Amino acid sequence: MNQRQNKIKVIDSGLLTSVQDMGRYGYQKYGIIVSGAMDTVSLALANIAVGNQLDTGTLEMTLCGASLELHAGTVFALTGADMSAALADEPVPMHRPVLVTRRDAVLTLHGTGKGTGARTYLAFAGGIHVPQRMGSQSTYLRAGIGGYQGRALQAGDVLCLGDAASMADRLRGTGHRISTSMISVSWRTPMVPVRTMRPIRVTRGLQADWFTSDSLEAFFAQGTFRLTNQSDRMGYRLAGSKLCLRQPRELISEPVAFGTVQVADGQPIILMADRQTTGGYPKIAQVAQADLSRLGQKKAGDTLVFEEVTLREAEKLLRDQRAMLAEVESSVHLALGKGL
Amino acid sequence: MTATYYPLGEAAILVSLGTKIDPAVHEAVRSLSYALAQAPFHGMIEYVAAYTNVTVFYDPVELAKEQLRQTDEALPYGFQVARQHIAAILRDMGKSAAQEARVVRVPVCYGGAYGPDMADVASYHHVSEADIVRQHTSGDYLVYMIGFAPGFPYVGGLPKAIATPRRKSPRVSIPAGSVGIAGEQTGIYPIATPGGWQIIGRTPLTLFRPGNDEDPTLLHAGDKLVFYAIDEAEYQALQKAGESA
Repeated sequence: MNQRQNKIKVIDSGLLTSVQDMGRYGYQKYGIIVSGAMDTVSLALANIAVGNQLDTGTLEMTLCGASLELHAGTVFALTGADMSAALADEPVPMHRPVLVTRRDAVLTLHGTGKGTGARTYLAFAGGIHVPQRMGSQSTYLRAGIGGYQGRALQAGDVLCLGDAASMADRLRGTGHRISTSMISVSWRTPMVPVRTMRPIRVTRGLQADWFTSDSLEAFFAQGTFRLTNQSDRMGYRLAGSKLCLRQPRELISEPVAFGTVQVADGQPIILMADRQTTGGYPKIAQVAQADLSRLGQKKAGDTLVFEEVTLREAEKLLRDQRAMLAEVESSVHLALGKGL
Repeated sequence: MTATYYPLGEAAILVSLGTKIDPAVHEAVRSLSYALAQAPFHGMIEYVAAYTNVTVFYDPVELAKEQLRQTDEALPYGFQVARQHIAAILRDMGKSAAQEARVVRVPVCYGGAYGPDMADVASYHHVSEADIVRQHTSGDYLVYMIGFAPGFPYVGGLPKAIATPRRKSPRVSIPAGSVGIAGEQTGIYPIATPGGWQIIGRTPLTLFRPGNDEDPTLLHAGDKLVFYAIDEAEYQALQKAGESA
């Protein structure tokens, strides 16, 4: 068996490229944040496409992608925002496994255009060889833990990849040549609808009744909010109608979750993947877990509209999303002749 | 123990054990945290303890696999399963109280280069720097919760006589180990971060040790703290000992 270990070399890091998986759980009680992918569904789909476990670490790229030198035998998949990827100057299809057949080829990701989302996930068959820190490969940028040396990638970095030999064999068997440097397949996995204008579904927050009825109406029923450029992996600051408390009240700091919508200075802040573990601002709403991936693809300047659902409905949305991922995983296994 | 349960979305439950910051409420928070750590229920992901509550994060899809005898259609199913588990834990808790609180002794080199705000704090209270040190080392301190940064303790018990407002302009970077005062709180910065606390000294202890996956932070919610003064030579010696340990 071909055990030669593949590597990738970073030619250009892009705006913010880091190793992320599903997140670091179990350590929030120590003040250690979860981190992980902003769009975990695209992360899972990228991993499924290359035959990995759903929660394997991948590269998350933001707005402007990286350029990477790849070698023959490497199998990768791109999901999430479309960054017009090219390998050796030939367009790379997204949402499916791609086998590199040229000895050295540069994979270049460009900026995300107007018509697409904010983040692209690049998964490699066999995963990326970075250590598990506290049970996760995710990069905790502020504390310098996890991922590749605890930081975002830089030009010149060399990352080792896991063994992709069996995926490469399967693609040689079931795929077809799409260019001088790539073999791929004709099927593709579904994708996160990154550009839909559909409202983001939310449930009432724990302090929703602290707000005036006008504010609740503005948030849940009709208001539109703009994602400001003070938005990053930690949180999205929104701008829109002013949200007011019925009377001034202080909240004692308490835990928060991915998608918690806090209100500070009359404006909502949605807590994202790199959120702190606790917060002291009143929580008007909570984003349904199933809609976090779509939210993770929003960019500064985008308009958000919210739609209230019940917690029961939010549970069902999450169940349906998990069922969709399980179905995709088994069809991909079938298409690749895996497990037969 | 009286508990009130609230859903923090469809994937977490907040168990409220009181409404104010108080050692008795904290004791309940600590006991429930301990019980959850000892016996996590199926589908539970993790818990986070705060001043007056414990929040348990769970996977609602896993919890939905469990059958409940009675369900309330108005409430999310996972929440009801989680609530049932936690209520059972609270019922049984009387028998297995949490362990005795740990006492952690924290050496601090007060003032000078390590405590750039010491002179301001002393003049704010019209006392000497030695008085501030005497007061700060005499407090009965309790770590109510950990948050803000890895291993950052929210500490209660600062003598009111030395409570000091935050600095008007926050510092861009405060070195790890810095001991500060903000209002009636005192705390220690585990990693270098920006901050507006009045810095009165620095400890050579390492509060955040990411190499230790089992126990990555020196302090935990529920610890009692004793600050004691050391001089710069002792600081250097302890720091060296810590590095070689």
